[in-house]
Amino acid sequence: MQLTVWTYEGPPHVGAMRIATAMTDVHYVLHAPQGDTYADLLFTMIERLPRRPPVTYTTFQARDLGGDTAGLFQNAAREAFERFKPQAMLVGASCTAELIQDDPGGLARALRLPIPVVQLELPSYQKKENWGAAETFYQIVRAMAAPQAPPPGFKRPPRAPGTRASCNILGPTALGFRHRDDVQAVKLMLADLDVDVHVVAPLGASPGDLARLGEADFNVLLYPETGSLVAQWLGRTFDQKTIKSIPIGLGATREFIAEIAQLTGVDPGRALHGAPSNSSWYSHSVDSTYLTGKRVFVFGDATHAVAAARIAAQELGFTVVGLGTYSREFAREVREAAKLYGIEALITDDYLAVEAKVAELQPELVLGTQMERHIAKRLGVPCAVISAPVHVQDFPARYSPQMGFEGANVIFDTWVHPLMMGLEEHLLTMFRGDFEFHDAAPASHLGFTAAPRDQTAAPAAQPAVPAEAVSDRPSAPVSATAGALWAVDAEKELGKIPFFVRGKARRNTERFAADNAVALITVETLYDAKAHFSR
Amino acid sequence: MSAATGNCTAEGGVSRGNLRYSAERGQREVFCGLTGIIWLHRKIQDAFFLVVGSRTCAHLMQSAAGVMIFAEPRFATAIIDERDLAGLADANVELDRVVTQLLERRPDIKLLFLVGSCPSEVIKLDLSRAALRLSSRFSPQVRVLNYSGSGIETTFTQGEDACLASLVPGLPRLGEEAAPNLLIVGALADVVEDQMRRLFDEMGIADVQFFPPRRSTLLPAVGARTRYLLAQPFLADTARALEELGARRIAATFPLGAEGTASWLKAAAEAWAVDPSLYRRVTQPAYERAQRALSRYRDLLAGKRIFFFPDSQLEVPLARFLSAEMGMELVEVGTPYLHRAHLSADLDLLPPGTRVVEGQHVENQLDRCHAAKPDLVVCGLGLANPLEAQGLTTKWSIELVFTPIQGFNQAADLAELFARPLVRRTRLVA
Repeated sequence: MQLTVWTYEGPPHVGAMRIATAMTDVHYVLHAPQGDTYADLLFTMIERLPRRPPVTYTTFQARDLGGDTAGLFQNAAREAFERFKPQAMLVGASCTAELIQDDPGGLARALRLPIPVVQLELPSYQKKENWGAAETFYQIVRAMAAPQAPPPGFKRPPRAPGTRASCNILGPTALGFRHRDDVQAVKLMLADLDVDVHVVAPLGASPGDLARLGEADFNVLLYPETGSLVAQWLGRTFDQKTIKSIPIGLGATREFIAEIAQLTGVDPGRALHGAPSNSSWYSHSVDSTYLTGKRVFVFGDATHAVAAARIAAQELGFTVVGLGTYSREFAREVREAAKLYGIEALITDDYLAVEAKVAELQPELVLGTQMERHIAKRLGVPCAVISAPVHVQDFPARYSPQMGFEGANVIFDTWVHPLMMGLEEHLLTMFRGDFEFHDAAPASHLGFTAAPRDQTAAPAAQPAVPAEAVSDRPSAPVSATAGALWAVDAEKELGKIPFFVRGKARRNTERFAADNAVALITVETLYDAKAHFSR
Repeated sequence: MSAATGNCTAEGGVSRGNLRYSAERGQREVFCGLTGIIWLHRKIQDAFFLVVGSRTCAHLMQSAAGVMIFAEPRFATAIIDERDLAGLADANVELDRVVTQLLERRPDIKLLFLVGSCPSEVIKLDLSRAALRLSSRFSPQVRVLNYSGSGIETTFTQGEDACLASLVPGLPRLGEEAAPNLLIVGALADVVEDQMRRLFDEMGIADVQFFPPRRSTLLPAVGARTRYLLAQPFLADTARALEELGARRIAATFPLGAEGTASWLKAAAEAWAVDPSLYRRVTQPAYERAQRALSRYRDLLAGKRIFFFPDSQLEVPLARFLSAEMGMELVEVGTPYLHRAHLSADLDLLPPGTRVVEGQHVENQLDRCHAAKPDLVVCGLGLANPLEAQGLTTKWSIELVFTPIQGFNQAADLAELFARPLVRRTRLVA
């Protein structure tokens, strides 16, 4: 048993729903108790889809358990087939139905429906949402495309001269972080490369489209979390290469274009120069010097976390102080990436462990999921969302991709926005005594709604709160420092440092005191430490 | 599964009224009882709710509550994993470990509910024994109780019923000689409680307590001279448990709208033999103010046709309010369960011929809804946007559980919740 306050991923059958809902002409019959229909609102409310997910639930109750739950499942499957007339059906069990062992696959086969029926085995007590999505995508692709497979050992012949290359785009699902817009951004790049898009899957694909996957020359895998099983199988079965670069960030986008150009022999010129990016120039502009060395903590799914760390370090000049993921399946990739920044990756799906890590590192910016947004809010640290799990805010009305050159622009704006602007930061440093510069005052461009510390935020109408009266210690469990004590005047001097760097100053001073066996921290110790750690 | 669908034959012996009752079974598009934790954990401020369940339970809680939680919630999930199922780990030892970890983190907790889920019930994890064991270990700092919020046992608001029923055996008892006291049963917004208390006070009914209380240390006492008034229509088990301790129910409509609130208060006044002129003097100004506020919405709502999908069991009293007080036309009143005794006063006030459907077959119900083309559909979050996209106007029903709607001063707020989607339709031109 694990004590869980928030969970990064839903159960695996929610992953299966993300595949079914992304596709057309598929229906998923889920053996599940009453109440599991809550999952519909993920799609209708969070993603704001204007249609119900194509899912029929048996919604059994206690009174059914003594009776014929198998019959209930068969009725539901038969009615769903007659009503929705899908091209293919997925059948499976949610966590409770897994325990009663009714065998949805066998029951559905016994109905002899005239369409492919794909049985999903998704162990709810071991696996989670992304695994469930990857497995479901793999199973339905195999069911549809395997009949078209060439004999084993098939070698893809070279493309006929004068014909355009074609590719599949793999991985985008329903409820994905900006998947809708990423697909559009990637399609634009492929058009500039004169590469045709054969099938996008699962988003927008029908079972019939999946049957045609093997016809493309190669695959573009956007989200390994959901698509790598399929990409590997297509590689083995149809001898299709997979593009490994994921075009999030300027550098990665250039690599993505170069990789496709090399594989297909097309000219990358138009794709590279057709969409100049503002983000590169903005990063070089003098206004961005205040971004230099800002300490960032990055957490998310593996793909987005690794990409975000690279952008943070190489394209914005931040210092990556923490990098982690809840995707245990991709722990190795994230550990490798963390080595580039000289840190150890945090691999956990325990929200409390992530919270403790953020509190310990005291970063100046958190790049995370909606869960880290909660954490950052509690700790009073600015935050931008880079990855699922998603919230209604992560489905903006405007075109807002993460991928491609436009994605790099979107990322620049999103990450820089929560930070203090350059001159404002200086003013705060120079005039700590100003009564409007109390800790709860947000950056001016964020308005009143974004007061950093929700529990301690004084109402805006009470500017007389003395800065010293507001603790710079978050209320969350922060590792209390054993060791040196703070003299009253030193504590007061510390209070003159703006709150967003005060944590760092406190930590450095205490470390300096510990290293030098200073028992009482005075104003002099504070400045000794400042001199010692100054860069 | 389809035997009882679509037809409207009465079943279960309708004793009075000429409503058209039917029951249907099929896919239910409703929450399970765990969802009640979302308001209960805020209502009882020193209580914590630990769901013993699966990742699905945890995911439900945060998805349903996602937009509503601004502080650390006083609920969590002990997620069962394969080691617990395979018997590699003793589930009880694991549960004790998790509870210990939780109480170390939250020393402010005085009352801990172990909440059963579908998987914990199917594997027959005995949470009542666990609660006894943990209670004795952590007593007197923490009391540990258990109830089931599982989807196989409970539908949405029934979770509150199960929670309150679990508290009843531990209520302080009143002796034979104790003066009569009045118990208001069912979670209400704090502001509504305060208004009700002032009205009872002015009528001279001083010994009034609300259940659930705001703190677990303020549990109301119950005895043979306790009378209780239900504030919510979904409390069958709680009512039964209170009756076992000798308390007796005061039959009334539910306190929705001006008329509903007036007759709810009147039932209590009569049970306490309050002078009718005093009752009038106390309630008349608030009643008239509520009527004035409601009149603003009557023109908007009167004659509009409304269709209820089953959700919170509030459907029948809401339908009573909207038809009797606001002049709306009831196309179908779906409800997950129909407690005919508790709802009799409201059912009696529904127009003859009203179609009342107990249970759900969501696909057939959607067919009926599309065929009827109502002006307003009351439904859950999974259905609302798809219906809006098909041109229907909807009111999401969960808001009716999360908004103060009871009492005189909230009557117009309640009407406004139904008027707003209709107004919105008329405003949007693009």
